[in-house]
Amino acid sequence: MTGAARTLGRRPGVAPKLAAVVQSRPDVEQLRERARLLAARVTDPEMPMLTLADLGVLRSVEVTEKRRVVVTITPTYMGCPAMATMRDDLLRVLQEGGLEATVRVSLSPAWSSDWITERGRRALAAHGLSAPGPAPARGGSVPLTLQPTVRRVRCPRCACDDVELTSEFGATACKALYRCTRCREPFEHVKEI
Amino acid sequence: MPEELDAIQAVADDLVHLRSHPAPSPVEEHGSVYDGLLGGDPSHWAFGTDFEDPLAGVDTAIPDGVDPRQLATYCLMLADDALVASQRLGQWCSRAPDLEEDIALSNMALDLLGQARLLLARAAAADPGVVPPLPAGSPVPPEDALAFFRPDGAFRNVRLVELDNGDFAVTTVKQLLLSSVRLAVFERLRDSRDHVLAAVAAKGVNELTYHRDYAARWFVTLAQGTPESRRRLDAAVAHVWPFFAELLLGEPVEVALAAAGVGVDPATVRDDVTAVLGQVLTAAGVEEPSPAPLAGGQGRRGRDGVHAEALSLLLAEMQVVARAHPMGQW
Ligand SMILES: [Zn+2]
Repeated sequence: MTGAARTLGRRPGVAPKLAAVVQSRPDVEQLRERARLLAARVTDPEMPMLTLADLGVLRSVEVTEKRRVVVTITPTYMGCPAMATMRDDLLRVLQEGGLEATVRVSLSPAWSSDWITERGRRALAAHGLSAPGPAPARGGSVPLTLQPTVRRVRCPRCACDDVELTSEFGATACKALYRCTRCREPFEHVKEI
Repeated sequence: MPEELDAIQAVADDLVHLRSHPAPSPVEEHGSVYDGLLGGDPSHWAFGTDFEDPLAGVDTAIPDGVDPRQLATYCLMLADDALVASQRLGQWCSRAPDLEEDIALSNMALDLLGQARLLLARAAAADPGVVPPLPAGSPVPPEDALAFFRPDGAFRNVRLVELDNGDFAVTTVKQLLLSSVRLAVFERLRDSRDHVLAAVAAKGVNELTYHRDYAARWFVTLAQGTPESRRRLDAAVAHVWPFFAELLLGEPVEVALAAAGVGVDPATVRDDVTAVLGQVLTAAGVEEPSPAPLAGGQGRRGRDGVHAEALSLLLAEMQVVARAHPMGQW
């Protein structure tokens, strides 16, 4: 199994589909594997250091009876304007690999920053972005937070943990803006959600 | 003076003859960054800004025992609150007090637009009868038809969201009330028997948590800031709070769908919302306002399509381009 496939298998909701792979025909399995490898290469349009697989947006790659590839992605945020670009990028890469594909959107379960892989977190840090901590627990009543969100954030440049929140919203909804008090550089933190 | 005018005219003449950016050269190997805009992919433009069907892959079967028409109406209520609030927040773009707030308000507008789009698509899938008719061959998808081709009387949003933005304090109070109620409703809507509503709610809770915290923090900051910020906040509370009661009134459709395990009766979230607002008001040192509830024409309200002129003006601006080009071509 490739790294990407292992990554997919770890995510909730995807594992049962992988189990079905074992019983499928070898040629279909080969096709699926190829499609999966190709799809796993596509990067996020707004954070190009991350593949969609590492971001946890790529949920599954399946092959239908008619040998058509069906890729399922999930939006990070409902109003995410990058979804069309992701779809187009996936279709293009698969097409260049000689595969006809359909891209579907899955809304449930909702995307969580916990789905960003270890490799993705390292890539974020390597590019000056701070990776999200554990996502808040879901379910039940959400408590009001009147104080600025307290996160254990380290400066991705100098690893200093004395940082201050500049804005809860960065250039995209999924990022908050911070500033390091030591090296004084601003940086973006991918939010826990 | 005439020389100056001549100089300005010369610059203007140059600008007229200059293209805003050079056209991509067909011989240049890498082309220009604008090439992508010239491609034939309609997904980058109005009418189909995204997938042809935003609900592709989602189970849109009507839950047992639910009237599709009622479900569609309920989705329109939730969608229109988000759509109108989004349009209002979008009007802050480039006008907010500072860059951080500008970006924050635009991001919240985008979140609400995303919610509205899915909910409008859900309304259309539940009952195609709610979608306004368009000329044959029009590429306008149902959710866009609902957003851009319905008259104000067909909008089912509460009147609070259509209020003019006012100053930053007015917007803060509007956002606090809207996001407090919407978050409490969405928390419960996660258990809806309707798969689309449950999925939109589950995602929406994460988004609205930020919206409510943002508004609540600014509410406290303005209240405890300078005499001027306090004066503006007090004025905003007095102006906006009369529209609050309407958010917690269960309309017959909401009550019926709540009973069917599909919707949420907003009257049932009153205690939760009151508790949250109590925390904010206490931290801000602002006394709980008790305004007389707003009169509606013969008891009819925003959910029934009774709106202020502010909505007509907002829709005129939002809809004018779409209505001028129902075939999506110009
Ligand atoms: Zn630093």
